[in-house]
Amino acid sequence: MLGWELPPHNSGGLGVACYHLSKAMAIQGASIDFVVPYAAEHESIDFMDIHSATDLSPLERYGMGAYDSKFALEHADEDFGDLKDIRGVQRQYTRFVEGFVKKKSFDAIHAHDWLTMEAGIRAKQLTDAPLVVHVHATEYDRAGGNYGNPIVHEIEYQGLMVADRILAVSEITRQIIIDKYDIPADKVEVMHNAIDTASFDDGYEYDRRTYRYLEELRNEGFTVISTITRFTIQKGLEYLIRATAKASEKYDRIVLLLAGDGEQRDELIELASELGISDKVFFTGFVRGKQWRDAYSVSDVFVLSSVSEPFGLTALEAAHHDNAVIVTKQSGVGEVLHSIFKYDFWDIDRLADQIVGIATSEALQSSLKQNIAQEYARVSWNDIAKRCMDVYKSTARPKLQVAA
Amino acid sequence: MSTRGITLYLHVHQPLRVREYSVFDTALDHNYYVEPDTQSDRNNEKIFRKVADKSYLPMNALLQKLLDTQPDFKVSLSITGTFLEQAEQWAPDVIASFQKMVKTGRVEIVAETYYHSLAFFYSLPEFERQVEQHRLKIKELFNVEPQVFRNTELAYNDNLAQWADKQGYTGILAEGWDLILDWRSPNYVYQPEGTENISLLMKNYRLSDDLAFRFSNKEWQEWPLTVDKYTEWATASIADQPLINLFMDYETFGEHQWEATGIFDFFEDFVGRWLANPDNTFYTASGAIEANKPVGTISMPSTVTWADAERDLTAWTGNAMQQEALGYLYALEKDILRTNDQALIDDWRRLQTSDHAYYMCTKWFTDGDVHAYFSPYDSPYDAFLYYLNVIRDLRWRLHETHKTGGLRG
Repeated sequence: MLGWELPPHNSGGLGVACYHLSKAMAIQGASIDFVVPYAAEHESIDFMDIHSATDLSPLERYGMGAYDSKFALEHADEDFGDLKDIRGVQRQYTRFVEGFVKKKSFDAIHAHDWLTMEAGIRAKQLTDAPLVVHVHATEYDRAGGNYGNPIVHEIEYQGLMVADRILAVSEITRQIIIDKYDIPADKVEVMHNAIDTASFDDGYEYDRRTYRYLEELRNEGFTVISTITRFTIQKGLEYLIRATAKASEKYDRIVLLLAGDGEQRDELIELASELGISDKVFFTGFVRGKQWRDAYSVSDVFVLSSVSEPFGLTALEAAHHDNAVIVTKQSGVGEVLHSIFKYDFWDIDRLADQIVGIATSEALQSSLKQNIAQEYARVSWNDIAKRCMDVYKSTARPKLQVAA
Repeated sequence: MSTRGITLYLHVHQPLRVREYSVFDTALDHNYYVEPDTQSDRNNEKIFRKVADKSYLPMNALLQKLLDTQPDFKVSLSITGTFLEQAEQWAPDVIASFQKMVKTGRVEIVAETYYHSLAFFYSLPEFERQVEQHRLKIKELFNVEPQVFRNTELAYNDNLAQWADKQGYTGILAEGWDLILDWRSPNYVYQPEGTENISLLMKNYRLSDDLAFRFSNKEWQEWPLTVDKYTEWATASIADQPLINLFMDYETFGEHQWEATGIFDFFEDFVGRWLANPDNTFYTASGAIEANKPVGTISMPSTVTWADAERDLTAWTGNAMQQEALGYLYALEKDILRTNDQALIDDWRRLQTSDHAYYMCTKWFTDGDVHAYFSPYDSPYDAFLYYLNVIRDLRWRLHETHKTGGLRG
């Protein structure tokens, strides 16, 4: 498997998905070699072999390249020789994979996102093993619905063309691959992500003091709307803030918790202020651990406001923490949930209506919460791993007899 | 004919900066002003001690020396309560050196708000309480009664002058802004529009800012500023006029212009050179008013300050964040005062210090570098978030301790 990150050295959801998929497949009997572009310990991972393509530390390997097109071709000041930008790291990664596949044989090459697609193509050329490209996000998503970086776009196109099978994390992503990259529809199938609820059973108990002010507002009848995300244009937070302002005009007892950080932060602070609702918006900065879990717990309504979101695992996490959930129609996670509200990312009137509706109706809020609780964990990583193994089998070269 | 003189007026102030007070502190930790990191630029004690060493102690020593050696040297000071509280805590020698100077009788203390606030523009009763609190503090420490008033940031309009007139002040200070003066010179005493007895002294901003802002600027075509040159300019400015009002931040000496720029030597030499001419003297603010009758009336219906190219309040109240923050703060006035909880009231008043709003200023362009220099925060947005969280915590304390009926107020 060719990936860019694994927990705990991940910058976001890509590493989490790779981790759970690999783990579930290992349980199904797959033998996995996972290549990462950095050198570090992964203490909690004993179900597969992890290989480091470079000596870089996890902090030096441009992890944000998986999430933000802007990072893709930015040069850093530090001198890592040939590894001085993300393209350099990718070249080294590809060289490593070229050497690696000569030493060992494989039934399938499974490459995750644009960062490893070139290495995947080379591995396929050298081994003739089938290439499965797994798309967690496209450049189109990262650029907030725009074309994005042409070089990244081209790499994705090449990878998708050469791939034997393509796995897309949602129907939305599948359509982007078909429409924006001109890939034959029958080559692409949907493989939704799942939530591993067991990983949340670590003795966690909600601490009401973490967001004590918000808890007191809840006692006074306020409804806490939240989102936990990176503050980038892809996430559509400007629309969420505008909708909150609009909703407050109709019903004052709502507040918005914005957990996270990112390049758009200052703009969002300014926007809230221009709309006169700074007092209703709570900026936490980057949250992890207890502050991260408690952010879900203090929240009543979670909004996934992305302009373009291939999947959107945070919606499932929010559901696990007893939230009512609203997602944009442009978010893939909406395909696996039913008891939610959906809106077009730009439709602030509709979102404001939905927020007011949930905040003013106890019955609506509790039925959304109860019903989503039946839905959010219906798909498991085991199911996904099984399907993934089937995909491998369907692409297997008859002449090759290689042990997994 | 009266002797021509310089009215040197220095403003002494240090804000109590808010620490990085997050959502996670709100409603739990009521410490807003004590930053535990001793190296932080938000550590008030560290900053105060630094400025005391660089500016307050050496400049007071120099002022004392000039008072001792030059019988005609005089100076006026406004010293905020926020400054005095910090000095009492961390640098009592600074207080002692001010007290010694005031005892000479040639150092005048000017009245203002205790908290260096813009309360005049938000709540007249609160403004008056802070002026009274400052009066009591000055009386306690220096045993004098201020006669001349200056508002925070020299923010001045006709209403303020009329208020000060009714309070019995003999004088009030303002910026000598070209758009107001038009063809007139700042080098005279004026009478504010609609007043009976009070006189107006206006800052000669060119000669003041030559020292306060330009002195060490190597890009300035007049750099380096010599005593010869500055004396020549001052003499030219005052030819057949009675006054030069040099108004500036006290911290010009040693903090804004470091010792290495030569500012202390320059100042000492200039005072000596100025007084070497028997036609020249120094005035306190009251002295300038006593010696000179108003030559005309000045009206400023809109507020004029001594800040920025615009000389208005936009550095403090110009953007939506500042307006919101101050709006939330002053909305708490009645509830806070009703509690009689002195710790809570003090914390609320400390948030009125204008510097907090200044740190939220986003007009980085023409005046940007000045603002960047004075902010201890990463950005105006950070300053705003910390401040907002403190306001929320004040609401929490009101609600928790005084049962004001909820966080909504």
